Amino acid sequence: MSTADHNTKRGRDLLAMMERIRAFEEQACLAAERDKLVLGAIHPSIGQEGVAAGVMCNFNRDDILLSTHRGHGHTLAKGADPLAMMRELLGREGGCCGGKGGSMHIADFGVGMLGANGVVGANITIAAGAAHGLKLQGSDRVVVDIFGDGAINRGPFLEGVNWASVFDLPILFVCEDNQYSATTKTSSVTGGPGAAARAESLGLRATTVDGNDAEAVADITAEITARIRAGGGPEMLHAITYRRTGHTSFDPAGYRPNGESEHEAKTNDPIARQRAVLAGMGLSTDELDAIHAAAQSEMVQVLADAAATPFPADEMALQDVQDIGSPAQEAY
Amino acid sequence: MVKMTFVEASREALREMMQADETVWCVGEDLGRGSVFGQYLGLQDEFGPDRVADTPISEAAIMGAAFGAAMVGTRPVVEMRFSDFALCATDELVNQIAKARFMFGGQSRAPMVIRKPIGLWRSSAAQHSQSLESWYVHIPGLVVLCPATPQDNYSMMKAAIRCDDPVVYLEHKNIWGMEGEVDTSLEIELGKAAVRRQGADVTLVSWSDTANLCVQAAKTLAAQGVDAEVIDLRSLWPWDKEAVVSSVRKTGRLVVAHESVAVGGFGAEVVATVVEQAGDALRGPVRRLGAPRSLVAYAPNLEDKMRVTEQMIVTAAKETMGK
Ligand SMILES: Cc1ncc(C[n+]2csc(CCOP(=O)(O)OP(=O)(O)O)c2C)c(N)n1
Ligand SMILES: [Mg+2]
Repeated sequence: MSTADHNTKRGRDLLAMMERIRAFEEQACLAAERDKLVLGAIHPSIGQEGVAAGVMCNFNRDDILLSTHRGHGHTLAKGADPLAMMRELLGREGGCCGGKGGSMHIADFGVGMLGANGVVGANITIAAGAAHGLKLQGSDRVVVDIFGDGAINRGPFLEGVNWASVFDLPILFVCEDNQYSATTKTSSVTGGPGAAARAESLGLRATTVDGNDAEAVADITAEITARIRAGGGPEMLHAITYRRTGHTSFDPAGYRPNGESEHEAKTNDPIARQRAVLAGMGLSTDELDAIHAAAQSEMVQVLADAAATPFPADEMALQDVQDIGSPAQEAY
Repeated sequence: MVKMTFVEASREALREMMQADETVWCVGEDLGRGSVFGQYLGLQDEFGPDRVADTPISEAAIMGAAFGAAMVGTRPVVEMRFSDFALCATDELVNQIAKARFMFGGQSRAPMVIRKPIGLWRSSAAQHSQSLESWYVHIPGLVVLCPATPQDNYSMMKAAIRCDDPVVYLEHKNIWGMEGEVDTSLEIELGKAAVRRQGADVTLVSWSDTANLCVQAAKTLAAQGVDAEVIDLRSLWPWDKEAVVSSVRKTGRLVVAHESVAVGGFGAEVVATVVEQAGDALRGPVRRLGAPRSLVAYAPNLEDKMRVTEQMIVTAAKETMGK
């Protein structure tokens, strides 16, 4: 393949992944709001797909991912099955966690996805530990840990990043900076310049990137992961993006300046930007639309199939707690 | 009497306490927008961002800093958002706040109210559904409160803010919208139970939202000829042993029900105390209801497996009567 062909293929893959993430989350939001099929909270990453697609295309299936409550995109891009994910959001049998975790606790160990997390920042020390474990075993696999801009104000950020530095671990920390922490503008509760500077102060190389430019994210992550795989130690990627939805799908986000989200959608949509890149490489509008349509029809079918799946068997409520003293034997 | 919801009741109490006492202030995440359930709506507009402080996502710092501020003369109301996240500040609460007065020979006080919304609510799964009241009861130095009605949430929030001890204040997420008449002049002495229904046949002891379920169960039981007395402890430390023991002396029968895991739960403490102090008065088997020692799942049918239901309470009450 020529370099130009290679670039076009990667570019199409990035677009296709972003379209799939977008379509998955649009269906998930419909399932929550229109169909009332999602009972718990979901945290959409609509508008942030450039980070998921651009980062994850540089990781292999057997590399390790840890993510957040806003992790659908990361998980899909790691290769998880969208039907198993949608079943999980609907609390159904065959969900990637058997319907026991829901959106906030999605995990798919089969593709190296060791869990979203309901506790902000908790994944950072755990991810450092996963990298530690891989290093102990002499593995050439690496870890990517994604967390939000709000998470860097929790203690585990300091402890986990310092740990990775001290033990020189094969891990990429990605701060996915969508500028909000729930209803709070993150800059209003963050001292200093933020994630990159904090990581540098702990001895990591840190890079900041426009997270809505999927090509740029993919390029820079390729360079970084090459260094990490070569034993260069942990690094930080600070990806700037924007949370277009409310904190959850039910949050109208009235605390945001009027028009801010609409402006972002119009001027800084990662999918629209990638379409423009591909158009520049010579792809036709029809080709681009076909990528969109394929993602849409895939995820419409995924929701229909998930909704047709039964709830888990009642006895699952007592399964997978512990081996000895299990509630399945002894619940009271 | 004023009609209020559960969430309005504690908000109104907090507002009045902040008006009356300049040293009272609130600290936590997203408070300026009311926090997760609207517990602080409007307070930042009224009292400003210094007294209704928006914080980083830093539970350990919220708890620790509030403690420091309490030791120098302020009265913080600390918001932990979900009781589950309070676990990120366990050292600050258990090793520092609860112990400081004793360790320092009585020199320091920690007049703080630490709010931790608890309980099963809408498929929130394992990390957003816990009720860990028995943990806190086990920690000397802490007061532990579990209001279950708008009146109690109003009067107990006021009492908690006035209290010079650190108070762990557990509001149930399921009842924010519960309406009730509130007498704003009613003062509640912390540690005193509420007899929610008088009865002669069996004593139902509970707290938090399960106490409301017991009131329902008592109505069902009445229709079946069983006259149940419902005691809502509402304060777990200190707790009203006298109210429970004297009720059991009257009825001779006891059911304890709570939402949290039965094993190691506070229900065991209640039963043990009754056996010690009124064992001779028991005329039937004691029943203790709580969740199985499992985790809260997301799927609604699995979540339901963790619930104590009205029917379970009714059945247990009848069992104590040999029915
Ligand atoms: C320890 C902890 N504190 C508070 C919360 C409540 N909470 C959930 S998500 C969130 C905002 C997180 O912001 P950020 O890290 O930027 O991630 P984003 O939601 O923007 O993706 C908060 C405060 C939590 N889940 N865990
Ligand atoms: Mg954020």
